[in-house]
Amino acid sequence: MVLSIKTAVSRNAKILALFAIVCTAIVGLVHSLTKDQIVFQQQQDLLRNLNSIIAEDSYNNVIYQDCLILPNDALATAEPQKIYRARNNEKLIAAAITTVAPDGYSGNIELLIAININGSVSGVRTLKHQETPGLGDKIEVRKSDWIKSFNTKKLASKSDGRWLVKKDGGMFDQFTGATITPRAVVKAVRNTVIYFNEHQDKLFESASNCQNNDSVKDTL
Amino acid sequence: MKLNDEYKELAWQGLWKNNPGIVQLLGLCPLLAVTSTLTNAIGLGIATLFVLICSNATVSAIRHWVPKEIRIPIFVLIIASFVTCVQLLMNAYTFGLYQSLGIFLPLIVTNCAIIGRAEAYASKNPIKQATFDGLMMGLGFLLILMLLGAVREILGQGTLFDGANLLLGEWASILRVEVFKLDSQFLLAILPPGAFMAMGLFIALKNAIDDKVAAAKPKAVNTEISRVRVNFDEK
Repeated sequence: MVLSIKTAVSRNAKILALFAIVCTAIVGLVHSLTKDQIVFQQQQDLLRNLNSIIAEDSYNNVIYQDCLILPNDALATAEPQKIYRARNNEKLIAAAITTVAPDGYSGNIELLIAININGSVSGVRTLKHQETPGLGDKIEVRKSDWIKSFNTKKLASKSDGRWLVKKDGGMFDQFTGATITPRAVVKAVRNTVIYFNEHQDKLFESASNCQNNDSVKDTL
Repeated sequence: MKLNDEYKELAWQGLWKNNPGIVQLLGLCPLLAVTSTLTNAIGLGIATLFVLICSNATVSAIRHWVPKEIRIPIFVLIIASFVTCVQLLMNAYTFGLYQSLGIFLPLIVTNCAIIGRAEAYASKNPIKQATFDGLMMGLGFLLILMLLGAVREILGQGTLFDGANLLLGEWASILRVEVFKLDSQFLLAILPPGAFMAMGLFIALKNAIDDKVAAAKPKAVNTEISRVRVNFDEK
């Protein structure tokens, strides 16, 4: 009896292990076949976002490889953020910085903010959010033009009172039924611009230190 | 002849009588969560259909070699592998859709309709029938997803096929139909409660049709599918 249980267990274990190996092998194979394509897609997506806020013909470097990782405390975010630098023949044009607005109506709002070398905002895009559909999701460019209201805006000083939503006395519209979302976005953009203005030299001089960009073909 | 009847019965079961969406009520989580637009619904429906066909075929193909004590972990392993593959492929070739389906792709693993079909049908029947069963069950699920997606998209945003280019490529942007112009979106249709209500209405409608049909021919023969229980012999 004991023996038969033993053989049954070891037989089942062997079958299970065999299936595990075969399944893992298949997943591994598909992964290795799609790996490059996935990285390529992510780069394309990033590039599309970057080009929507930094004029494509204003720079000529491979922008997603000219990338610097910012420490967590730079923008007071939980994750390290990235800054992409646009240069035209080594001349600095603009930088795009990823950041997170932690105080959205439902969770984090991930943003990409491009700032020209003179400190004016070149453009802002929402990368990811879970705001209420129909109310807070007007921060998406395909739902509303609101996010474009940052374009060309400059920050006069650190305590520039115009960089608030209208309800708080500033110059940015809030949405009907949703003030928290635009307030969070305005705050995050303002903080990023402040950080950019204060650290501009260092941000442009440091050597690129982002990983995972090597396997992608030069697409520019 | 008998085989033909079996296929007919499988189709009838999957598409209507035992539809995984509105009768078995399996896989409600993805069903309700991603059906805010028709495009999302089709994307998830096709992914589920694909996984269901593959898992049914595989489970059926290996049914003689799998001891019944460990069949569940093996089914889970097979389903999870297919889902991961689908996820990788979608990430690579339909990136926009992959982003909008997000977390609900891996959740196909937990769609009870899939393991349910593996356990209830595929593990006891030949490959051809099992594959056909997967196809029909998957189609039944896809149809319900599409119905829900279409209704919610029309009510919520007044459009159809919004974002179809994410699924089918750039040319599909022309598929987008603006049914009527909404100044603000009808929130209820987009949010989960609206999905539940629409779902409830579909189920009620299906039951009403069934009742009507039953009333029309009261002596209809109940063609319950007879499933043969196969015992796994210990070798």
